[in-house]
Amino acid sequence: MTGTDALPAYNFAYLDEQTKRMIRRAILKAIAIPGYQVPFASREMPMPYGWGTGGVQVTASVLGPDDVLKVIDQGADDTTNAVSIRAFFAKVADVATTTKTTEATIIQTRHRIPETPLEAGQILVYQVPIPEPLRFLEPRETETRVMHGLEEYGLMHVKLYEDIAQHGHIATTYAYPVKVEDRYVMDPSPVPKFDNPKMHCSPALQLFGAGREKRIYALPPFTDVVSLDFEDHPFAIQRFEAHCALCDARNVYLDEVVTDDRGGRMFVCSDTDHCETRRTEGHRGTGLPQTEGGETASTSREAAE
Amino acid sequence: MDTSAPLLDVSSVAKSFTMHLRGGLRLPVVANVAFTVHPGECVVLGGPSGVGKSSILRMVYGNYAVDAGQILVRDQTTQEMADLATGDPRLVLDLRQNSIGYVSQFLRAVPRVSALDVVAEPLVTRGVERNVATSRAGEMLERLNLPSALFTLPPATFSGGEKQRVNIARGFITDHPILLLDEPTASLDAANRDVVVAMIKEKLGVGTAILGIFHDIPVREAVATRIIDVSAFSAREAA
Amino acid sequence: MSTQPILSIRDLARRYGAFVACANISFDVWPGEVVAIVGESGSGKTTLLNCISGRMERSSGEVRYRMRDGRFPDLQDLSEAERRFLARTDWGFVHQNPADGLRMRVSAGANVGERLMAIGDRHYGNIRQTAADWLERVEIAAMRIDDKPVSFSGGMRQRLQIARNLVTHPRLIFMDEPTGGLDVSVQARVLDLLRMLVADLGLSVVIVTHDLAVARLLSQRMIVMKSGHVVEQGLTDRVLDDPRHPYTQLLVASIPEN
Repeated sequence: MTGTDALPAYNFAYLDEQTKRMIRRAILKAIAIPGYQVPFASREMPMPYGWGTGGVQVTASVLGPDDVLKVIDQGADDTTNAVSIRAFFAKVADVATTTKTTEATIIQTRHRIPETPLEAGQILVYQVPIPEPLRFLEPRETETRVMHGLEEYGLMHVKLYEDIAQHGHIATTYAYPVKVEDRYVMDPSPVPKFDNPKMHCSPALQLFGAGREKRIYALPPFTDVVSLDFEDHPFAIQRFEAHCALCDARNVYLDEVVTDDRGGRMFVCSDTDHCETRRTEGHRGTGLPQTEGGETASTSREAAE
Repeated sequence: MDTSAPLLDVSSVAKSFTMHLRGGLRLPVVANVAFTVHPGECVVLGGPSGVGKSSILRMVYGNYAVDAGQILVRDQTTQEMADLATGDPRLVLDLRQNSIGYVSQFLRAVPRVSALDVVAEPLVTRGVERNVATSRAGEMLERLNLPSALFTLPPATFSGGEKQRVNIARGFITDHPILLLDEPTASLDAANRDVVVAMIKEKLGVGTAILGIFHDIPVREAVATRIIDVSAFSAREAA
Repeated sequence: MSTQPILSIRDLARRYGAFVACANISFDVWPGEVVAIVGESGSGKTTLLNCISGRMERSSGEVRYRMRDGRFPDLQDLSEAERRFLARTDWGFVHQNPADGLRMRVSAGANVGERLMAIGDRHYGNIRQTAADWLERVEIAAMRIDDKPVSFSGGMRQRLQIARNLVTHPRLIFMDEPTGGLDVSVQARVLDLLRMLVADLGLSVVIVTHDLAVARLLSQRMIVMKSGHVVEQGLTDRVLDDPRHPYTQLLVASIPEN
């Protein structure tokens, strides 16, 4: 019972202890069966579905008073969703928060994995809108559960086949399905497929929470995570020709930013912490001294093309 | 081949129809049907129409069920006599495949299948390669003077005589040891009738046992080795 | 003659409380044989088909299937995984409504390729080539391979469903009124295709139909059902040309010409 002075009515981290126990049991089960979607009794949270209610419940259940929390949305620490959730836990759990990947013990994320490799002891909590990767082609939950149970995953390849047939390559660029420990097919939440390789054998614990769908799944540290593909159309991540206009980083996931109404745009790190850290280290991108224009010659394209 | 051993041995066969839609009216057709057919024989079923000739032919082919009696057919593969009258459907199908052929009065045309394929089909189902079967089929149709322009068309739109020639070609293309013919020449002109007579004689020459119905007297006289008066088996008067 | 049946049904029954949907059903299906189950709506023929094909639980009786390894187990004794594996490899099921058997929102190629991917084929080029070959066999132009079935006519959809079922070279196909929803001219084409494929591939088929002409064209043996019971069975041409049971006589008399 460590509610703050300002909000004496709330239990530590908002959820009551019984609820947290229930969620922890679900998390433990999820860790025991990597990639398997464990149902849990998702609670109403003081935010709408789609804002990360699943991730918030998972975070609340694993959070301790000594943890240091980082929250990112599309890689950024300073967007509404990230700021709100960080403020929420600062208020209801009075925990330290940070924007530094390396300082955080728990990182809640929407749609990205930090560029800085995670380490043992860190927990990455994903906000998941739709946990069921098979739903695209098989809407019946009763059927998809049987398909998971019997390892009938041909349907996932039907989706990838359609991609190739329509676009000439696998056009799925986010929520790209993966197979976990050669058993369960899992939706990695809508992270870009660029981040899929980061899931593989990560030393950090990765937890996935879907609040509306009431499902939790997990990747324990050092789990095999393989992106699905065809022999003649192997999995490939996005490759960017541009460097970050601010920190000159290469081989990172870049966002395209429109800088004016005359076609000016530039590519910058989607991971704001990574970008800032590099700039404090002295890296400088070509876009930095210029206030407009930017790198108009840069383009991004699919590595698979 | 031992010509004394019959290929077909029919005994004590009886047939009646029960018309349930007409209050269970029972129509007796034939009773105590008994005859044999030996290799090289052409046995003709004679008698006035309606006496049960076609019914006998259909029973021998397994198309009609029998009320009583035996229809022993020499099985081409085992050389044993098998009772088709009491045999299960698979035995009947097997005998039809290898031992007993049938040329009906009318061709039951299958939609969209060419005349050539209709004729070749019995060979194909017996394992003959399709192109071999098709060329044999072409020879048969040529011999029966079917215009070659018709070979690749489905027979559904053919005239009666053309359809019947397709039917005959289909029935004669195999080497079934027993052949049942139900008025094969009924709708043919004189020239084609002579071709069919020649074909029947060739079959007899190689030992085929033929059981047939021929209303056409010249044809009957040309091919029959024996005539059975079916009136003797009629069950109408008895009933 | 083949020495052993591929499918064997004994005393099968399906009841809903006191209502008997079908009962006392026994028959065998032999390799390469087409068996037609005919009867009017409500005669229990579709229930029977669903019970045999494992799509519905039976109340009692046996359904044994000859596996490729020669085993002849009752389907109830197989695990669900085995049954489902059979259903998508060794069996096919052609529904009356193609939408029930197709994925309407994925392309024709993917519809045909799905079974291949389900059994582990992971080479896109090969899957696509196989799908194209099968589309050709069912007379669908190869250029339609990336079109979705929603843009196909009824006959094309039915032919696509057939291709989708046959791509894994199944041994046993169940068909529920496969030409039921089609125009007469389209029906003839689908029937003819089925007839050729069944003969060429040596398939065993159990087909449910109320159309005696379909039964005559496709099947060697026929089972006539009424009120959940078999009233007559035997050689198709014998049942149709010399029907013995009052109901069969009524059925045969009801069609203008067959």
